[in-house]
Amino acid sequence: MSTYWIKNVSILGGAPTDLLLANGVIERVGAGISTSSTTEGVEEIDGTGLIALPGLVDLHTHLREPGREDAETVESGTRAAAMGGFTAVHAMANTEPVADTAGVVEQVWRLGREAGYCDVYPVGAVTVGLAGQQLAELGAMADSAARVRVFSDDGKCVSDAVLMRRALEYVKAFDGVVAQHAQEPRLTEGAQMNEGPLSGRLGLAGWPAVAEEAIIARDVLLAEHVGSRLHVCHVSTAGSVELIRWAKGKGVDVTAEACPHHLLLTDDLAATYDPIYKVNPPLRSTADAEALRAGLADGTIDIVATDHAPHPHEDKDCEWAAAAFGMLGLETALSIVQQTMVDPGLLDWAGVADRMSAAPARIGRVADHGRPIAEGEPANVVLYDPAATRVIDPAETQSLSRNTPYRGMELPGRVVATFLRGKATVLDGKIQ
Amino acid sequence: MKRHLLSAGDLTRDDAELILSTAAELRELADRPIKKLPALRGRTVVNLFFEDSTRTRISFEAAAKRLSADVINFAAKGSSLSKGESLKDTALTLEAMGADAVVVRHGASGAPHRLANSGWVRSSVVNAGDGTHEHPTQALLDAFTMSRHLGTGPKGSLDGRRIAIVGDVLHSRVARSNALLLHTLGAEVTLVAPPTLFPVGVESWPVEISYDLDAVIPKADAVMMLRVQRERMSGGFFPTAREYSRRYGLDGRRMATLQDHTIVMHPGPMVRGMEITADVADADRSVIVEQVTNGVAVRMAVLYLLLGGSEPAVGGEE
Amino acid sequence: MPAHPQHVPDSPTSGPLASADISRVVLDDSDITRALTRIAHEILERNKGAADLVLLGIPTRGVPLAERIAARIAAVEGDDVPVGSLDVTMYRDDLRMKPARALLPTQIPASGIDGRTVVLVDDVLFSGRTIRAALDALNDIGRPRAVQLAVLVDRGHRELPIRADFVGKNLPTSLVETVKVSLAGVDEVDAVTIQGPAGGEVTA
Repeated sequence: MSTYWIKNVSILGGAPTDLLLANGVIERVGAGISTSSTTEGVEEIDGTGLIALPGLVDLHTHLREPGREDAETVESGTRAAAMGGFTAVHAMANTEPVADTAGVVEQVWRLGREAGYCDVYPVGAVTVGLAGQQLAELGAMADSAARVRVFSDDGKCVSDAVLMRRALEYVKAFDGVVAQHAQEPRLTEGAQMNEGPLSGRLGLAGWPAVAEEAIIARDVLLAEHVGSRLHVCHVSTAGSVELIRWAKGKGVDVTAEACPHHLLLTDDLAATYDPIYKVNPPLRSTADAEALRAGLADGTIDIVATDHAPHPHEDKDCEWAAAAFGMLGLETALSIVQQTMVDPGLLDWAGVADRMSAAPARIGRVADHGRPIAEGEPANVVLYDPAATRVIDPAETQSLSRNTPYRGMELPGRVVATFLRGKATVLDGKIQ
Repeated sequence: MKRHLLSAGDLTRDDAELILSTAAELRELADRPIKKLPALRGRTVVNLFFEDSTRTRISFEAAAKRLSADVINFAAKGSSLSKGESLKDTALTLEAMGADAVVVRHGASGAPHRLANSGWVRSSVVNAGDGTHEHPTQALLDAFTMSRHLGTGPKGSLDGRRIAIVGDVLHSRVARSNALLLHTLGAEVTLVAPPTLFPVGVESWPVEISYDLDAVIPKADAVMMLRVQRERMSGGFFPTAREYSRRYGLDGRRMATLQDHTIVMHPGPMVRGMEITADVADADRSVIVEQVTNGVAVRMAVLYLLLGGSEPAVGGEE
Repeated sequence: MPAHPQHVPDSPTSGPLASADISRVVLDDSDITRALTRIAHEILERNKGAADLVLLGIPTRGVPLAERIAARIAAVEGDDVPVGSLDVTMYRDDLRMKPARALLPTQIPASGIDGRTVVLVDDVLFSGRTIRAALDALNDIGRPRAVQLAVLVDRGHRELPIRADFVGKNLPTSLVETVKVSLAGVDEVDAVTIQGPAGGEVTA
């Protein structure tokens, strides 16, 4: 295994210093690492102008394997993750077959290990087949080699209040968390975009904010009642932020995530009728995006999660109503957080490390990720150049799919290197 | 360069008035022995209908043929929402056939926008009704019909005319296009419906809204009744068909409260006994049949102005 | 020089002249009046009276010319000659060379044109293409017994085998010049002017 001597790098935006990654751990931190103190075969990296962050952790990734290997595989998705600075991703359960048994989650976990770009933590389905009828074998998945701790029917809402209550209670036995896709199904039948003046004008069936907020309100009350941990996926409305803030104020054990696209993009893009902007939950108003940013800044929203959702070309190259929901996110997440949070002064780099690494690792109960950049810690590190800019070209993605809504946009920042336990998965901005 | 007619909102007042004045000239053609003009000779117009709509398709077909265009009818019903690939593949087929204009009717809102802006085809795209979005040529023929009956001045201006549009605004592409176009033309539009049949955000439209039909129609110069599908009842938009008709249907009693010059319109097909009673539909003030006649002239005008020259004279790029 | 010259009345005539252009009046209002009176007499003479005549002006300026000629015929004969207008836009052979143009009114008198003698009236005869389009348009409307052509100005440069039966003024011109007909009612005053680039060859 190579040893990396990263010189003159800024840890979390602090004063430039040196980092020595060796034997899978951060061996030394601080200026004045002398060559004599290092082992043979040291690879030096000029870290001037670069920020060192702990390897990012995504709590919400769709890797599509098994079942839709035409859209993404564990390997292609984790390559994209590494390019985005991630060292751990949680693979959502809505595969074919659904990850609702120990067998499927172990398969996904093993595929991740074999690919080696990123640690893959499978998310287990809450209900069998995501059907919302019967609890899946949550305990078996928790006890499996994949050690599942996050359970979600993501893509579908656990809308049955009794089932949700039971799930919240049941996962307490193994310190699990239910990650709810908050979408009241009846209020969103046929829904296509954020309900507002634009949906009315475009004739696209509206997706009201209340459909998300009603479920969040119910679930935080349930979580409080049964004393369980609740995680809310992809919060998209100002009202949801307000509800979560209220629940946290009451001491409810609730965490929440926001997606980069909801921080940056707004529903006016639907006026193009280009389904590249079709996503679940839908892009919302500017006021919603601002509330998400404020919530992420003040910690009401705990984490950024990508909801990376690859789709093959034909599922987006069609009319809006026929298109699939979702957009790519892994390779652009950090840039969008820089643009929406760091550059405007809402969050510093330590804050980014918390929202994109430490907090998601904590929620997912992932021990070896989200650690501080300190001597003796696992060498999960990303080097990021915040001064770089790049124009997003879908053809350059590591994903098998091309459905990035940022096509042609100029975004700040670039991941220069990603290290997973001391091994470079990305070096010089290139996948290794 | 403007190439398409996708939304009534794309039309400036000058555009709309050019279409209406052109239609006025072309309507005279109906009275001539040879109802044909050579303007689109050698042009190919494809009617691409993903939804059944015999009347709209025939209207466009007659319009294109009267301008000497070659017409290809392409009924692609049933394949629209399965995978979506069909829209693109069909478009590529049409492109290969050398279509100069594609008149598209589709169940998905925005499908004509996709066709126009996806790079699949180079032809002009005319929206013949998309989902619950728009139906701009219907709005043009409605405005044309109103202008003939209610217009003032040499241009048949609708400035200040009060138009009531009544019914299922939420699901009506006709209402959307009419609201935009009539506003552009200076008319004052009031939409009337039960609150469940208004879209969220209708307050931002350039119209008045009302839940009370009886309060609106005595002041109206034209009353346009929209089709209300009985299926909306099961969606819970209103309790029963009878209650709907009682509160929002146009019957003889309500017709008696209209001003003498007020016309009654309906884009068709009508659900007699639901939103309109037979005696109203067949009354002298009803211009429902004339709307159909005018539809051909208006569609001729649109096709001529989009395809007749080296570049279109009206329409929007997006 | 445009590949397919058009006489000016096909284009908007508002807007100031470019300062480099030279403009001179070749017919004033009294010249025009005299020319139209003569044309009215010639029409009557050729057709041995006004019976079965229909005057169709080609918009825009052919229409008021047709009306003026009809008024003079009425003054001489006492008969009202039916007057209408015939828009040829859709029949033009250069339709595809310019953006789609607004249609102008076509109004065929109630008596129709079948079996009648139609006199087409236009302001300037140039390439002959407008008249060809008018003949095609007439063909779709009916079958006249005969078609004749009256123009206020014939500026030459024909590109088709077409000639006028009645001409107000023959006006030899260069292709770089434009002939502009103004008529009170449409324009401010009655006048025919020739415009050409300064220093350009003027062959009046």
